[in-house]
Amino acid sequence: MFAYIIKRLLSGVIVVILVSMAVFALFWYGPSSPARPICLAETGNRCTPDRLENYEEQLGYNNNIVDEYGNYAKGIFTGREMPIGNVVIDCDRPCLGFSHRSRALVWDELVERLPATISVAVGGAFLYLALGIPIGVAAARRRGTLGDKLLVSSFLFLSSVPYYLFALLAWLYFTLIWQVPILGSSGYTPITDNPAEWFKGMLLPWLCLGIFGCTQYTRYTRGAMVETLSEDYIRTAKAKGLPPSTVVYRHGLRSALVPVVTVFGIDLGVLLAGTIFTERIFEIQGIGRWGLSAVQAFDLPVVSATALFGAILIVISNLIVDVIYSVLDPRVRLS
Amino acid sequence: MNDPDAFLVVEDLSVEFPTPDGPVRAVNNLSYTLGLGQTLGIVGESGSGKSVSSMAVLGLHDADRTKITGSIRVGGTEVVGLNEPGLRKLRGNSVAMIFQDALAALHPFYRVGSQLAEAYQVHHPSASRRDARRKAIEMLDRVGIPQPDSRVDDFPHQFSGGMRQRAMIAMGLINDPSLLIADEPTTALDVTVQAQILDLLQDLQREFNSAVVIITHDLGVIAEMADEVLVMYAGRCVEYGPTKEILVSPEMPYTWGLLSSIPDVSADIDARLIPIPGNPPSLLSPPSGCSFHPRCAHVDKVPGDLCATQLPELLEGSNGPGHVKRCHLANPQEVFRREVLAEIAPDLVEES
Amino acid sequence: MSERDTTADELVPEQQAEIEPAPALTPEVPKFEELAQQAHTAAALDLSRGTVLEVDNLKMYFPVKSGGLIRRKVGDVQAVDGVSFEVPRGGSLGLVGESGCGKSTTGRLITRLYTPTGGRILFEDRDMAKLSKRELKPLRREIQMIFQDPYTSLNPRHTVGAIIGAPLEVHKVVPKKQILPRVQELLEVVGLNPEHYNRYPNEFSGGQRQRIGIARALTLNPKLLVADEPVSALDVSIQAQVINLLQDIQKEFDVAFLFIAHDLAVVRHFCPEVAVMYLGKIVEIGDRDSIYAHAHHPYTQALLSAVPDIKQAAIGGRRERIRLEGDVPSPINPPSGCRFRTRCPIAQDICARHEPPLLQIGKRHKVACHFPGPIGAHPDAPITARLLGTDEVGNPDPGATPSPQITNKPGFDDTWFDLDAKTFGRA
Repeated sequence: MFAYIIKRLLSGVIVVILVSMAVFALFWYGPSSPARPICLAETGNRCTPDRLENYEEQLGYNNNIVDEYGNYAKGIFTGREMPIGNVVIDCDRPCLGFSHRSRALVWDELVERLPATISVAVGGAFLYLALGIPIGVAAARRRGTLGDKLLVSSFLFLSSVPYYLFALLAWLYFTLIWQVPILGSSGYTPITDNPAEWFKGMLLPWLCLGIFGCTQYTRYTRGAMVETLSEDYIRTAKAKGLPPSTVVYRHGLRSALVPVVTVFGIDLGVLLAGTIFTERIFEIQGIGRWGLSAVQAFDLPVVSATALFGAILIVISNLIVDVIYSVLDPRVRLS
Repeated sequence: MNDPDAFLVVEDLSVEFPTPDGPVRAVNNLSYTLGLGQTLGIVGESGSGKSVSSMAVLGLHDADRTKITGSIRVGGTEVVGLNEPGLRKLRGNSVAMIFQDALAALHPFYRVGSQLAEAYQVHHPSASRRDARRKAIEMLDRVGIPQPDSRVDDFPHQFSGGMRQRAMIAMGLINDPSLLIADEPTTALDVTVQAQILDLLQDLQREFNSAVVIITHDLGVIAEMADEVLVMYAGRCVEYGPTKEILVSPEMPYTWGLLSSIPDVSADIDARLIPIPGNPPSLLSPPSGCSFHPRCAHVDKVPGDLCATQLPELLEGSNGPGHVKRCHLANPQEVFRREVLAEIAPDLVEES
Repeated sequence: MSERDTTADELVPEQQAEIEPAPALTPEVPKFEELAQQAHTAAALDLSRGTVLEVDNLKMYFPVKSGGLIRRKVGDVQAVDGVSFEVPRGGSLGLVGESGCGKSTTGRLITRLYTPTGGRILFEDRDMAKLSKRELKPLRREIQMIFQDPYTSLNPRHTVGAIIGAPLEVHKVVPKKQILPRVQELLEVVGLNPEHYNRYPNEFSGGQRQRIGIARALTLNPKLLVADEPVSALDVSIQAQVINLLQDIQKEFDVAFLFIAHDLAVVRHFCPEVAVMYLGKIVEIGDRDSIYAHAHHPYTQALLSAVPDIKQAAIGGRRERIRLEGDVPSPINPPSGCRFRTRCPIAQDICARHEPPLLQIGKRHKVACHFPGPIGAHPDAPITARLLGTDEVGNPDPGATPSPQITNKPGFDDTWFDLDAKTFGRA
């Protein structure tokens, strides 16, 4: 198992490097010069070709892309000093460069925004599971009944609504129109500053993510559970005279969880890499919004950093899924 | 065989599943009895209702989705209509079931020993985990698993096919059941392993004096294991009687078909392999009259269209009491000897 | 439908019923005599036409890799280890044995789904063991395979016509226009309705699907069919239909069969010659009578005695049998010497030291055992000691030299080792 993890981490590193290279290259050769955002920001939108040329020269965008990517990658491990205009930005390791819009160091911004994203993602994902799995199991046990059919069709309806619309309507009604006190304040307050405010601010985003996401998890769990309940070993468990709860939870749910865990691991990775709609609608300064605005502004260092961060999360969550998988199912040997 | 004091008495059992395309009557008016120490073989093809009827004995069908009528008495307890706690007291305790594919029938995530111990503890709530484990090791040893005290901690996939089936049997017998239902217990196994498992089942039956129902499609297994045979076709019993009579002088063309469509390792080289034409019927729209008539090659020997219009009663044949069959043929013995046996076992005809 | 039509519909059957009393119950059911005439007896051996396939010392080792960061090869699964046999032209050879004996691997080697580790596969005198994929293509037409599981071996998204016609298209045997007529012809041959070519596999029952698999295998007029457990997934009443169909096809298309099955009775009916495999080796090979009535290898004897016998019903109870203890050992580290010795009731010291040669002991009968003999009459001393140049417990005998007559070549010789006289000669 240890050897397996090492091997997977090695291949993960390769994946992460390839992703960051690809993103770097895409924006390097993109329709807009990577230096344009900083040129626009510093000149008050009067970015002439000469000025742009000047910035490109300073920032190294006239160099060979291979060399510049090398400098970028090296900076992550050693830090670098980045001259711009007549100042030198001292970028300590891990240096991800500085935002071409705000001159802020990318790493600092990332660290600042991360707690908000983690708060949203972990809370939402917890609700996914806490709601989705029990509802899915209950539906599977009553499959074919009226209740099951109602649940399945209403969840299908719910999940066919676009998420941004769902979240937007929730915000509109709960926060703006009805002004429900506990759901009222939106935005992120660090938990260390004021836990109550933090909770109040997160509650509606969580509910939106959780309720919307749980429709999927209910489907996965119900499907996996229906399949598991028709397995021979479930019949064996019944034939032993075990009570229904033991049959369903001890013998059924453990097997049914395997596919659910697989999906969940990936989902959590994606959530942590930024919940764009949620952050946008509920005014949370998280990774997702940050990345989105960076893409819109062609802010290469920020885009690269969010892509790198996302790739690392996906690799790690995949690995964790595999490990959990081997814990759940003794037949799976990681090698 | 019509002993009302027998351990297992099945009377007029019907099992019906409502489906979107209409009700499917998987078992239709089935009756049989089985005493302690006796073995009943139920033969039939897929969809004949042989497994469905046996699952009903343990009340394993989902009560909401199944309509069961008739009566099943196990040791005097009526099973049909019994509530769930009552059924649970029977299951795995006085009635145990072992299944065909032990790899699928054992839970892949739990150790063999803990699955056995679980079966023991559910009916011995006062037993400690240590007791249950000791009992599991004892049973594994009893069914011939080598080094049971270390193999008890193996997972099912670490066992060979034969050992898994042994473990399954150990689990079934852990609470000394009086009735053991074995659903195709050796179908997935190699012949030498099958022989080991059949030997084991017989030894254990002798030791525990239990009643055994063995469900199989293999007439060879029936010949060597069963005291009585019940042949099922499309949910109905079509022939029922002592093994020797059913296999030596059967009176129902479906049983003939089964006999003529399997080769034998010691058969005459001139014996023909005569298949049953067509396919088993759909239970959604079972044939009128005798369910077997659309595939029966002897319909021409029955006057008129009796076979297609009238369901034959399950009646005593010419072999005397204890051997019943569902067929309109007037002289089945003669047809079997003269026509069927001559083709499938010419050597036997000359002898007699 | 108009009202008038409905009335007509109601009337017509009644009128017909008067003219034709007892409308044929189900006209398609043949009478028993017809059924019996269409059915086959056990296949007979015909050696007059030479062989179509010769397999010589065939080996297939699958490497076993270690876990860990660097995966080293730590051993081999000797799935097939030095197997030799012949299949007569238009005839059939049965391969029997328990799971893991290498019979299916042998079948896959012959269809070249695997490339063998060693040995020769002579098909019509051409060695196809080492041919490249491109060189194999014309030969693939000649050798086809029928699989065990009719539920997973047909692509559920293709129509039956596409499945059966695919080989014609791949090999460009006939112009596109002629594919459909050929498909329909094949459907008819295997007893299916030719109009059903545009249906999907799930619309057919298991037995019908196996027929589709057979039709697909026949599409290119092969000379050899490798049938891997072709009936074991089917219901009993359907098995006989398929076996009879295969016998019909064998006659009509003059195709030879390598028939792989674990069911000894089915093989006995279908194959005039049978090879018994154990842990990657042939332990006994011979004609039907030699194997089923005069088996000389203790494994063959144990296998046969383990088959439940319907005839036992007349006597009641269980038959006496040779009990084999335990399970088949792992093919990664097979036992030394004779691979069966760990479970053999008559094994002696020599069995651990020397692998018994596959020795011809009859006109068409070879056995690989140091103590070959009928049940209860196995010799006390190894008959192979002198041939191997050893003493009776298998230690090298300085006075003896190994006999040149011990070979592992396919087929049978005109002279063989006489068990009574203990010398080579013609009986």
